[in-house]
Amino acid sequence: MIDRKHVGRVFPPYKVAVEKGRLRFFAKVIGETNPVYSDEAAAKAAGYRSLPVPPTFLFSLEMDVADPLAWIRELGIALPHLLHGEQSFTYHAPVCAGDVLSFAAKIADIYEKRNSALEFVVRQTRVSNQDGEHVADLRSVIISRAIA
Amino acid sequence: MRKLDYANVAIGQMLPELKLSPISRTTLALFAGASGDHNPIHIDSDFARQAGMPDVFAHGMLSMAYLGRMLTDWVPQQCLREFNSRFSALAHLGNVLICSGKVVAKYEEGGEKLVKVEIQSTDQFGEVKVLGEALVAL
Repeated sequence: MIDRKHVGRVFPPYKVAVEKGRLRFFAKVIGETNPVYSDEAAAKAAGYRSLPVPPTFLFSLEMDVADPLAWIRELGIALPHLLHGEQSFTYHAPVCAGDVLSFAAKIADIYEKRNSALEFVVRQTRVSNQDGEHVADLRSVIISRAIA
Repeated sequence: MRKLDYANVAIGQMLPELKLSPISRTTLALFAGASGDHNPIHIDSDFARQAGMPDVFAHGMLSMAYLGRMLTDWVPQQCLREFNSRFSALAHLGNVLICSGKVVAKYEEGGEKLVKVEIQSTDQFGEVKVLGEALVAL
């Protein structure tokens, strides 16, 4: 059982710089061929300040810390039990290479299904940029599953 | 690409589908590196089997990245307001993912003309892997 005392827990905010090279690598691996995601001139022609962060890449930026799974271990979830249940993004303003984002996360909820065979942890993260502008919100639901 | 116009988008309209190559170990290894999600369950068969899985399987976020490609093939990313996914089944090695979407609502809110789209990712056998929705402003 995951201790419900973690509900409401607030994590220390941290900053992550958005780098062009990582965006290009990500675009290449997911097969994204729209030049907006790899060619800065094309991005600027499309109205971006630099290469835009593609829709799901904020999740990767959120994981861009020394030990991205530390909080999961601290909840008492062992890695083999971990699954990703849901992911949501709400976008308020564009995010581009060169931005420095601040991630402020908290545990919003913990609940169970199937007599605790599945436990769910909801983490919400507010993302702001170097100007203090609120650019996005992330909501992740991770699952701890019992292993037979 | 012809610019989409709110007035010309109809409820029930389908988005152009995106069909991917079969999921391979190479794709998963590269995606682990590119996405920063190094959970070994997606790249190490020994670890996956010890965790009770038949083999490695795709990151949910890989399937969601493909859905994101479908959405930004349809509208410029600046139009995207919300993007949600629920990972309902594991995407396995050899699965051929097909991303699809359908317009389900149109409304004005907060001074924006919004279009809601139901999206999903299925494999070549029709099994649904990801269900979600997106909200775009046109």
